[in-house]
Amino acid sequence: MHDNSRNIRVPILTRVEGEGALNIRLEADKVHEVQLNIYEPPRFFEALLKGRPADDVPDITSRICGICPIAYQVTAAQALEQCLSLQLPSELTLLRRLIYCAEWIESHVLHVHLLHAPDFFDCHSAIDLAKRFPNEVQRGLKLKQLGNRILEVLGGRAIHPINIAIGGFHRLPKIHDLAALILPLEQGLSLAVDATRWLATLPFPNQRFPYDFVSLTHPELYPIESGQIAIHSHNQHPSSSNTNHPPIGVDDYEKYFEEIQVPHSTALQSRRIRSHSIPSEPSTYFVGPLARLFHNHPRLTPVARQLFDELHVDPSHYNPYHSILARALEVVFAFEEAIRILKTIRKIDLPKNPKSPQAGIGRSATEAPRGLIFHRYAIDEQACVTFAKIVPPTSQNQGQIEADLRSLLQTIYHQEDQQIAVACERLVRTYDPCISCSTHFLKVHIERI
Amino acid sequence: MELDPQPSTDTLRKPRVAVMKFASCDGCQLTLLNCEDELLNIADRIEFAHFAEASSNLQNGPYDLTIVEGSITTEHDAIRIRELRAQSRILITIGACATAGGIQALRNFGLHDDFKRAIYAHPEFISSLDQSTPIADHVPVDFELRGCPIDKQQLIEVILAFATGRRPKTSTESVCQPCKRRGNVCVVVTQKIPCLGPITQAGCGAICPAFDRGCFACFGPSNDPNVTSLSNSILQPNLSKSQAALFLQSFHAASLPFRQEALRLWQLSPIQPPPK
Repeated sequence: MHDNSRNIRVPILTRVEGEGALNIRLEADKVHEVQLNIYEPPRFFEALLKGRPADDVPDITSRICGICPIAYQVTAAQALEQCLSLQLPSELTLLRRLIYCAEWIESHVLHVHLLHAPDFFDCHSAIDLAKRFPNEVQRGLKLKQLGNRILEVLGGRAIHPINIAIGGFHRLPKIHDLAALILPLEQGLSLAVDATRWLATLPFPNQRFPYDFVSLTHPELYPIESGQIAIHSHNQHPSSSNTNHPPIGVDDYEKYFEEIQVPHSTALQSRRIRSHSIPSEPSTYFVGPLARLFHNHPRLTPVARQLFDELHVDPSHYNPYHSILARALEVVFAFEEAIRILKTIRKIDLPKNPKSPQAGIGRSATEAPRGLIFHRYAIDEQACVTFAKIVPPTSQNQGQIEADLRSLLQTIYHQEDQQIAVACERLVRTYDPCISCSTHFLKVHIERI
Repeated sequence: MELDPQPSTDTLRKPRVAVMKFASCDGCQLTLLNCEDELLNIADRIEFAHFAEASSNLQNGPYDLTIVEGSITTEHDAIRIRELRAQSRILITIGACATAGGIQALRNFGLHDDFKRAIYAHPEFISSLDQSTPIADHVPVDFELRGCPIDKQQLIEVILAFATGRRPKTSTESVCQPCKRRGNVCVVVTQKIPCLGPITQAGCGAICPAFDRGCFACFGPSNDPNVTSLSNSILQPNLSKSQAALFLQSFHAASLPFRQEALRLWQLSPIQPPPK
């Protein structure tokens, strides 16, 4: 071991969902190794779905993650609806979009106010932050409550809702229960705007990492539950920040992205398949709110769009610390969109389209709060699952997080170990990593050799 | 385990609470953060000494109250839970994973190596046990709070009860009672929808029947349930043997009364249980 080398270890990366570790080995002024070590015990979801009726899949896959169960339920239901050649009437699709908006609100507000904001004020937790900013933290809790309220009305409960069925919903909400949400959500929208303005005053570290942004894109709407996949290659034309591949269909996802297993993680990592990439470019990519904003900001709802322009939230600055603002803007969007849907919805006849069992293959990609999520299933003629593949956002971001840490370490390796550990942890937190999703605690481990 | 009548040696000190995670989805811990109106009040009455999901200030034990989420699925976790128990005056478990093994206990019925091979190209990198087991299989547990996920009001009651040294008041009736009180029309009687409500512990508020679907036992078996009788009278008239078995094999698949009946049904079924 050299004298000028060191091992730094931060045993638990906190304020993230799930359990992981970060191993960093520094050799003099060189970053020797950076590993996002996910040691969350594997739970084998794809395997335990085999042989079960398709109807069980939304409820079981929701247990992958308690923070974003709707992302799993809706993506699974849509993929299985494709297996069964089921089309949903537009009202039911709108209700699915509404409950998904609720999850964006609940999940984003949780991350922004309770997990991420404390970093900007050197606080350990939102409970500490509340001593300095009682009104701001209370406002966050109020916003979160509103997201949960929609989930309760439409889904039965906030965590692991029970109302998403293949073909639609088990039971339709009462029109007057939906109408009663409008006024509180309009008040929520105004609180969400105030929260975004507050967050725009945060002291953001100056950082620029070249990202290949990947997200759904939709010709008319800011994408949630449907669209094509937009891929932005940062290195393709360095002179321009906005050159993209033509969007690809969701059914082609696996032609462009693959999962690989690395020894230090129980989560599979996703990569862009090289043959489709420019040979010199990195195969890691970035999914999440910044990627969505990058590809879709012209289709934000009016108030969110106005805030986007006014607050200069520019995703093409490639600053991961701006993710908190992107989430706050998407909360504003989700409130506006939920209100729009609630004002549009008319009487719906049936909670779900009846289905008849048939064998088939189906794929779906939607935008979970943390980014693109992809499911593929195959079912037999009894509509029992014969194959399942689930690619959550965090396994796609894992490679990018490691790449970001490597870049960050090049600039801060001379600092004290403790400072480095804190900086690395904060960078990881900008991704709102959901390790429960990727299989499922995060530890930072720095080793200098 | 007997409860210590004194919440702590220093009655002016706030109880030190740890929230710890094993194999789970984080949903039960999230329930604590979902106590929006009550969260800051709870934080006034207890000290979160170790709550990694919410705070980067992680203090070592011993703890007055340890709240455990998740099941034991690795050798490392089997050791970690014993160390944690030694550091905890009171240890309670929350959620279906911690109290019954959770959905991942479906592996207990299948071939664990096949599961690993099905997902990982290099199964040799993955160290996990062939069973997912509840915390009480490993260490003494002072109280188990059921649910997938747990109920917010029940959680608040349990934390405040233990923090002040009393026994929590949580219901042990079956889902049928709150279902009637809620004014639901019985889905079994009127729509012949298979429902596990009569043999499932209450706590959720009978949500599923209120949404026109049968209870699928997120809160696990009620006291002394007659599962075979329910299976004969409610499940089997509407489902095949294998479908009925799978209906019992979800979030509480490893709970003894459900497991026994499911295995009996599989023996009667012409279809073999998954995975093949």
